[in-house]
Amino acid sequence: MGALTDMHLSALWVSVRLATMTVVVLLLVGTPLAWWLAHTRSKLRPIVEAAVALPIVLPPTVLGFYILVALGPHGPLGRFANLSLAFTFTGLVIASVFYSMPFVIQPLQGAFEAVGKAPLEAAWSLRASKWDAFLTVISPIALRGYISAIVLGFAHTMGEFGVVLMVGGSIPGQTRVLSTTIFEHVELMEYAQAHAVSAFMLIFSFLTLLTVYIANRRFPIHVS
Amino acid sequence: MSHLLARFDVRFPTFHLEVDVDVPMSGITAIFGPSGSGKTTLLRCLAGLERAPNGFVQFGTDAWQDETIGLCLPLYKRPIGYVFQEPRLFPHYNVRANLLYGYKRVPVEERRIAIDQVVDILGIGHLLERRIHKLSGGEQQRVAIGRALLTSPKLLLLDEPLASLDIQRKQELLPFIRRLHEELRIPVMYVSHAVAEILQLADRVVLLKEGTVIATGALNEMLTSLKFRGNFGAHRIGAILDARVAAHEEQYGLTQLEFNGQHLFVPPQPVAVGQIMRVHILSSDVSLVLGKPIAPTSVLNILEAAIVEIREMDQTSVDILLDIGVPLVASITRKSLVTLGLKPGHRVFAHIKAVALNEELTA
Repeated sequence: MGALTDMHLSALWVSVRLATMTVVVLLLVGTPLAWWLAHTRSKLRPIVEAAVALPIVLPPTVLGFYILVALGPHGPLGRFANLSLAFTFTGLVIASVFYSMPFVIQPLQGAFEAVGKAPLEAAWSLRASKWDAFLTVISPIALRGYISAIVLGFAHTMGEFGVVLMVGGSIPGQTRVLSTTIFEHVELMEYAQAHAVSAFMLIFSFLTLLTVYIANRRFPIHVS
Repeated sequence: MSHLLARFDVRFPTFHLEVDVDVPMSGITAIFGPSGSGKTTLLRCLAGLERAPNGFVQFGTDAWQDETIGLCLPLYKRPIGYVFQEPRLFPHYNVRANLLYGYKRVPVEERRIAIDQVVDILGIGHLLERRIHKLSGGEQQRVAIGRALLTSPKLLLLDEPLASLDIQRKQELLPFIRRLHEELRIPVMYVSHAVAEILQLADRVVLLKEGTVIATGALNEMLTSLKFRGNFGAHRIGAILDARVAAHEEQYGLTQLEFNGQHLFVPPQPVAVGQIMRVHILSSDVSLVLGKPIAPTSVLNILEAAIVEIREMDQTSVDILLDIGVPLVASITRKSLVTLGLKPGHRVFAHIKAVALNEELTA
């Protein structure tokens, strides 16, 4: 088993930055969306739920392809940014936001549904405004949902491969992440190095999931 | 005295709430009706948790909702304390932090109720550092009431706060509710479908049926109204009196009560002279005598009365509404009615065979 080299550390750093940015964006966008999904009686709800869940079943290449087209100089996002976002870190973040969306939205939605509106109404009756009530009552009660959302969103972004390859290519220091590194090692028959990175990812993923399950025990959702 | 005015006309998928009430803001007003009559919905509309499309709510001189000008204050801007059916305490805070949650959000100059006062009335001093899930149901509900009180509300809304508790806990909590009202002078709207709670607590009743207010009035007037008393399923109630303790006759082991110039003797009460006690008279414990008895009688409680209204209940019995300064219902047999030739307007003497004390009737 070969050791991790500078090239690997650079790819790890890109992976971590990408996963962090993606989770931050998803928490900001996902919190209101998950809240809406948890409480709306709108007929649009199943449509939105299905759209959010798509990346779970869709081949990453399909998602990657459409995002690549959208990010390109003639795509809507590319034109909006007035430059091609394909094969850039920003483009990668945008792609990851879509790709990891269900892993952040679904735990949040589940937590908000479990918490219900009762504590919110209680907070309003105690003079807390809507924002105040959300920050001081709903988020702490839904803490487990947030832990799951953050950990799963982060880990899933770390592990993405197909979308990254389609949208980002594998430019060292910019869009080369750990998962694509493994692919390149295998192509070059560097099995020892592929093995080292793979083992790292395996252990990392296991520890991540372990964290989620321990957190679920440690912070059960209390519903009074 | 300030009033609460409210008008709602809302259609929900399952029923239609249509109310127009004007309630004086003093004492405890019970919103009473069977399950599904719209009590909770009415309370939620008053609080602004449901927005009735053409609703109107005015508390004293303050408009809380007036859809003609598009006004509907959110609950957090209304000076309301709200206690839900379930305690809804915040599980991530301990008891003290729950109590202080609303208190901290009320401007200092508007705080009229102190923490020590609430802790004392509700008897929760020993619970302050506890986690919420370590409390019993009754303790949780007391904390929930305390938390609402600490926002120094001008109106306290209680939505069946005892519904989720067993009988013993209910009996434990009822005196607290009465006491907090007496000590803090906050008008209370109390939703309940339990007659026993209303008999102990209410001063006034708003009677709801299928989303509509069918009557509003003082508790005793409602319970003795031959038209409405059936709605309470409490046909046995003759009267509920808030009587003053006039004297203790210690040599006979009796306490004398006084109301509207009339007197009643009851077993000795550990209540100081001058205090008000609530007592019940069962309609079957009231019998009628045409003239003042010439021969001495062992009956202690004889009250002068005028017959107001007579209603035949079934083949055997009739209910007679009397005026003894306050309304009182006597249930007698139809045979006695005919034999005595009783008619509205007649003056009679009501013999009260027994007076039930508050707790005895409702326990």
